[in-house]
Amino acid sequence: MASQRMIEIWVGAFVAAGLAALMVLALQIAGLTELRPPPGYQVTAYFDNVGGLREKAPVNMAGVRVGRVESIQLDSERHQARVVLKIDQRYNRIPRDTGAAIYTAGLLGEQYIGLEAGWEDEPLAAGGRIENTQSAVVLERIIGQFMTGMGD
Amino acid sequence: MTDLVAALGQRTLLGLQGLGRAVVLVLRLLAAVPAALRRPRLIIEQVYAVGVLSMVIIVVSSLFVGMVLGLQGYYTLVDFGAAESVGTLVALSLVRELGPVVTALLFAGRAGSSLTAEVGLMKATEQLSSMEMMAVDPERRILAPRFIASFISVPLLAVVFSAVGVLGGYLVAVGMIGIDAGAFWSNMQSAVSVRDDILNGFIKSVVFGFVAGWIALHKGYEAEPTSQGVSRATTMGVVHASLAVLGLDFLLTALMFD
Repeated sequence: MASQRMIEIWVGAFVAAGLAALMVLALQIAGLTELRPPPGYQVTAYFDNVGGLREKAPVNMAGVRVGRVESIQLDSERHQARVVLKIDQRYNRIPRDTGAAIYTAGLLGEQYIGLEAGWEDEPLAAGGRIENTQSAVVLERIIGQFMTGMGD
Repeated sequence: MTDLVAALGQRTLLGLQGLGRAVVLVLRLLAAVPAALRRPRLIIEQVYAVGVLSMVIIVVSSLFVGMVLGLQGYYTLVDFGAAESVGTLVALSLVRELGPVVTALLFAGRAGSSLTAEVGLMKATEQLSSMEMMAVDPERRILAPRFIASFISVPLLAVVFSAVGVLGGYLVAVGMIGIDAGAFWSNMQSAVSVRDDILNGFIKSVVFGFVAGWIALHKGYEAEPTSQGVSRATTMGVVHASLAVLGLDFLLTALMFD
């Protein structure tokens, strides 16, 4: 058996290795995204149909990720889906007449929200609302329309 | 016929008695923890024996597990045009499942068996009773430090397992197959969450450390004081600890990842 001092050194190195591995897990593997969420502001958008959109789905503009979906709820008065988006603070100059549409990444991929920049100078304020929205494309509905179209 | 029924009843009663003694033992161990913490040197010695000496097998096996995951994941994912997701697959499988579970299984085989054999032999050679004669509580002096040491060691080993396993997956995916390193890490980082994946995996490994240490010590403490009895206790300790870890893993997964 090694001497007491060597044992202590080895145990110290062992504990340090464990803590270092934990840091690697948190920083490198998880990217430590949610412990310090980037500051952002919320905007609302109403969709007729969100399809398979889920919370935490990405919000992209020109293909660049600018935020994520915070919550999805049914608005009981309008009977539309009320989607709250959280946009990163550094993208605070998104035009007010920007449109939002739900797209699918690839044929079978995850659904995300794509923003199409508008032309107005005034930016979208925190708590603002995106007026121009386009619902998710539901495959069954398209096939259904196609089938009834064929029948005519 | 009545003999058969009697044998069944006897086995059931013996099993229940064993379970009861195991529960009593763990309660007494938990009660002995504060006293054992006042003698950290004994705990450090045991962390060395069960933790530091298990590092080699943990590091080597995790490296290979990660490399195999990277290779197999790539072969499957490339058919779907999702080869970049191999990092996500490797990291999530390691952090959520393989890290805690395989570490606990290896720990039961590498360190739990030696704990059982050591304690069983101490009992067989009447070292434990002579300690009692000298008014030294063997539960505080022998069992509690070993229990605390496995409780400390398994989570640390599991974290090392996951980290080294991801490194193994990285070596295969980026070094051997040639997946872009940036895509490997960024896909992984967007999919793995600290709270849902890493914290839950860590909680699993804490539970497994508790159970693996408890079963190993219980089997050793209950061993028949013969060489055959110690050997049987060692085997049963590894078997029961492995089964308990796998069963608990299902339970914890069902509770944590909904």
